[in-house]
Amino acid sequence: MNKIFVGLLFGLILGAIDGATAWFTPEVRPMITGIMVGSSVKGMVVGLLCGWFARKVQSTMLGVVVGAALGLLFAYLVAAMPSANGHHYYLEIMLPGFVVGAIVGFLTQRMGTPLGRTTEDMKRAG
Amino acid sequence: MDLSDPVLDRLRQVATIPDLGQTRYVLEKEIGRGAMGIVYAAHDRDLDRPVALKVLDSTFAAEAQLIARLEHPAVVPIYETGVLPDGRCFYAMKLIAGTRLDKYAAGPASLTERLRVLRRVAEVLAFAHRCEVIHRDLKPQNIMVGEFGQVYVMDWGIAAVQGTADFRAPEPSLDWRSDIYSLGVLMGFLLSESSSPALRAIVTKAISTDPAARYPDAAAFLKDIDHFEEGRAVEAWSEPLWYGLQRFGSRNAILLWLLAAYAGVKFLLFFLRTL
Repeated sequence: MNKIFVGLLFGLILGAIDGATAWFTPEVRPMITGIMVGSSVKGMVVGLLCGWFARKVQSTMLGVVVGAALGLLFAYLVAAMPSANGHHYYLEIMLPGFVVGAIVGFLTQRMGTPLGRTTEDMKRAG
Repeated sequence: MDLSDPVLDRLRQVATIPDLGQTRYVLEKEIGRGAMGIVYAAHDRDLDRPVALKVLDSTFAAEAQLIARLEHPAVVPIYETGVLPDGRCFYAMKLIAGTRLDKYAAGPASLTERLRVLRRVAEVLAFAHRCEVIHRDLKPQNIMVGEFGQVYVMDWGIAAVQGTADFRAPEPSLDWRSDIYSLGVLMGFLLSESSSPALRAIVTKAISTDPAARYPDAAAFLKDIDHFEEGRAVEAWSEPLWYGLQRFGSRNAILLWLLAAYAGVKFLLFFLRTL
């Protein structure tokens, strides 16, 4: 499985789960669908970039760091967007976004086929 | 006239010294005795390089032909074969500078390094078996670890060789599964008593007295070593649940820490909101 696909897949799943935890915040519960969709899209963008990075650089540590940085950046962009009640949930969005980015970065390093190598190539190389 | 034992020994020694007068080699010293002959350090006058020269006890040159079939980085390459005036065959090969595995094992090498050596031996066995060659006498004395970590398997056996007692499989006729047995004994030799139960299970499976219960080939043996090194379950051992969980935990420690961090962040935010 291609690393970019791994990033997209786990970004989507973890983003959706992260968005779903908004259910525990009663004041945003009515907007849960929009939050989940937005969080999934954010997760997929972070996953795409992490997957691209993992194809270029094979280092678990760097993957986690880059994933966390991308997660933080995109979570900031989402948190800074204008909201209906005028309140910005920086901490509530950026802190989990940071950790989810790190997880996606880790998974893209550990799973999927690196650039220029097929699964068959890897089997042959042992 | 009675000849004393030292005199007889000296005479025997002189009688076995090969006459290399008609070859391009100059004899330097004896460096070892194999199952089928004596190995000398020699110097190649034409190419001005050191070589190892194996002089076979018989006129049987099949060993050289056998090794020449095995072109592999872990098989010492043969440069030339020939016949001495006394009819004995010899072959010249690369002179390896390094440590014999029995001496290497007595040193401070780490488990990772020992497994790397074992893996190289298993790889060359897998290759040889694919070429329909079996070693027959795999033991630490026949393995050299070079100064840069290269591993060489020597003394590839011919039909006349029936192995060394401690490393020989119990079955009367040797085949590729007998090499798997010797590989298992070799692994046990390289590991300490306190090794992981998974590694001990690999040894136990490889040295099973029933050849059919051993690994079917060297590749399967290598696969289990790979699984162990990657923190995965090995085929040779039905591990208890606690051990599997422990293995999963150590293999996925970073992921588990990240998931715990995520859960921690969520709980922190939840309690901050309720304050």
